[in-house]
Amino acid sequence: MSTTTVHGSRRKRGALGRGIRRNLTAYGFLSGALICFAFFSWYPMVREVLLSFQQTNFVDEPTWVGWDNFRTVFEDAAFADAWTNTLAFTGLALVFGYVVPFAAAIVLNELRHAKAYLRFVVYLPVMLPPAVGVLLFKWFYDPGAGLFNQILALAHLPGLSWLDSTDTALISLVIVSTWMNLGTGTLIYLAALQSIPGELYEAAELDGAGLFKRVWHVTIPQTKLILLVMLLLQIVATMQVFIEPYLLTGGGPENATLTVAYLMYQYAFNFGDFGGGGALGLMLMVVLMVFSAFYLRLSRDNQS
Amino acid sequence: MPNATVRPSHPVTVPPPEPGPPKARRPRRRPRTETREFRSLVSPHTLTTPHGRLIYWTVLTFVVVTFTLAFVFPLYWMVTGALKSPEELAQIPPSFFPSSLDVGVYAEAWDQLDLGLFLTNTVVYAGGAWLLTLAFDVSAAYALSKLRPVLGKAVLGMMLSTLMIPPMVILLPAYLTVKDLPIFGWDLLNTPWAIWLPAAANGFFVFLLKRFFDSIPRELIEAAQIDGASPGRILWSIVLPVSRPILGVVSILSVVNVWKDFVWPLLVLPDGEKMTVSVGIASLSAQMPQNVLIASLVIASIPTMVVFFVFQRSIMAGLTAGSLKG
Repeated sequence: MSTTTVHGSRRKRGALGRGIRRNLTAYGFLSGALICFAFFSWYPMVREVLLSFQQTNFVDEPTWVGWDNFRTVFEDAAFADAWTNTLAFTGLALVFGYVVPFAAAIVLNELRHAKAYLRFVVYLPVMLPPAVGVLLFKWFYDPGAGLFNQILALAHLPGLSWLDSTDTALISLVIVSTWMNLGTGTLIYLAALQSIPGELYEAAELDGAGLFKRVWHVTIPQTKLILLVMLLLQIVATMQVFIEPYLLTGGGPENATLTVAYLMYQYAFNFGDFGGGGALGLMLMVVLMVFSAFYLRLSRDNQS
Repeated sequence: MPNATVRPSHPVTVPPPEPGPPKARRPRRRPRTETREFRSLVSPHTLTTPHGRLIYWTVLTFVVVTFTLAFVFPLYWMVTGALKSPEELAQIPPSFFPSSLDVGVYAEAWDQLDLGLFLTNTVVYAGGAWLLTLAFDVSAAYALSKLRPVLGKAVLGMMLSTLMIPPMVILLPAYLTVKDLPIFGWDLLNTPWAIWLPAAANGFFVFLLKRFFDSIPRELIEAAQIDGASPGRILWSIVLPVSRPILGVVSILSVVNVWKDFVWPLLVLPDGEKMTVSVGIASLSAQMPQNVLIASLVIASIPTMVVFFVFQRSIMAGLTAGSLKG
């Protein structure tokens, strides 16, 4: 490199030129990803906001309609049902899908045998394509000869109507969803548990702490961060529930399983009202962003 | 284990807590005992008492049985359910083993649901998405990690910010974008591009790759620069060869993501000839006899199951990498 031996101004120009070239190369490497992100992530984020304040009918240019779309969905009787169901689904999914994996991970961490088998098995449903898992459970829920009623009959219990009754339809969806996703949480908690230093348990035991006290005072504080992160991630994931009502119940019976995401889909693709769907999507986005913001703050606190 | 040397007086009557020949000929089985030195909730001491061992084996049996019933049995029921005739399926109480082992139903499902076509489609979508994801996200992560352009931090931040936006809430605008691509005005519906391009916009992959590239020593890159290697050459000959583990994780995740996705292909590939296997089966499920439908479910789950069997380690590594993001 000859520029290093010549005088100041030329060296600066050379450095500048090299800087420009380096940046051009870098953006060349970035271009593919930038185009994909711009068209399919960033632009849709902006468009989502626009969409909810516009009327879109694919023939004319979209027109601004102010808060009309929001008014339309507010006045829809299904709106309240959809939110109630979504919140109920999220809450119930937390009861099963949050507590059970953590408890399972604690137990798995104590076992010295069959560990590989158990870890493998708990993750099997996660690897199933969700549509397959959901359709499989649709068959299990069959009120006639479905697996679940057969099991109940074996135990001499009366069969349930599962998806066909307003009382059990939502909980049936929660069961499928939990079955399909339990493995993820279990394995993540298991990894977190393995990083707890053994001395902590030893010390707690010397202080006379029993099994449950050790869980309460050592395990939970030591995994607090991952527990919080998983809580937020799970809330965000379950609030978007779509495939279960879409494939199992179509939102019925009597809107008992209608969720916000499914109502959004219906607005756009069944009623042809993308504005109404957009308004629902924006509301969901705002709610989920609150949780995402918490999550962001947590991970930032963790870094510093 | 300091205790082992403290009580050598009667070595025969103190059995090790784990069965197995004390002087095994195969030292390869060693990993089994590795966990014993690891102290967890229950102390290893408690486990050596008769009472402790009784509880341990009870819990172990309970967990193994419960997990098998909860996670394996439904799959067994699916595989055998396909072999039962519609009459046998409707029978109460059910038969635990199918009365005939006629696998003809699988062939029937293959023909009736056109699974060959759907599977080929899905392979094309997943394969293309994989190639595009690797090409775009690897080079982007390399640029952000090693070339460090102006505004690189901002670009990374914008890419990571997409992780905060749940995919469902931008479903409609993303659909409209694909239907009528801004600037170009192309309609990508029913084309593979509708799957391939959005799949490459994955902030999580960029994050994983960049974090891995950051850990590659500077000296390695600088040495190549002094030798006059271009950035592309450095990426190809130095960065990629040492990044095999993370490339494996990203590859598997990207293929599995496309394979498992349902909502997006449902919207952007509505044409019966272009559907993925999940969407195809779901759309035809209502018209099929129960056993044929179940057989098609089995066939549809084979690819991901095989991937899981083969790449278990990478998949689980990707999972824990995911939990530590941020």
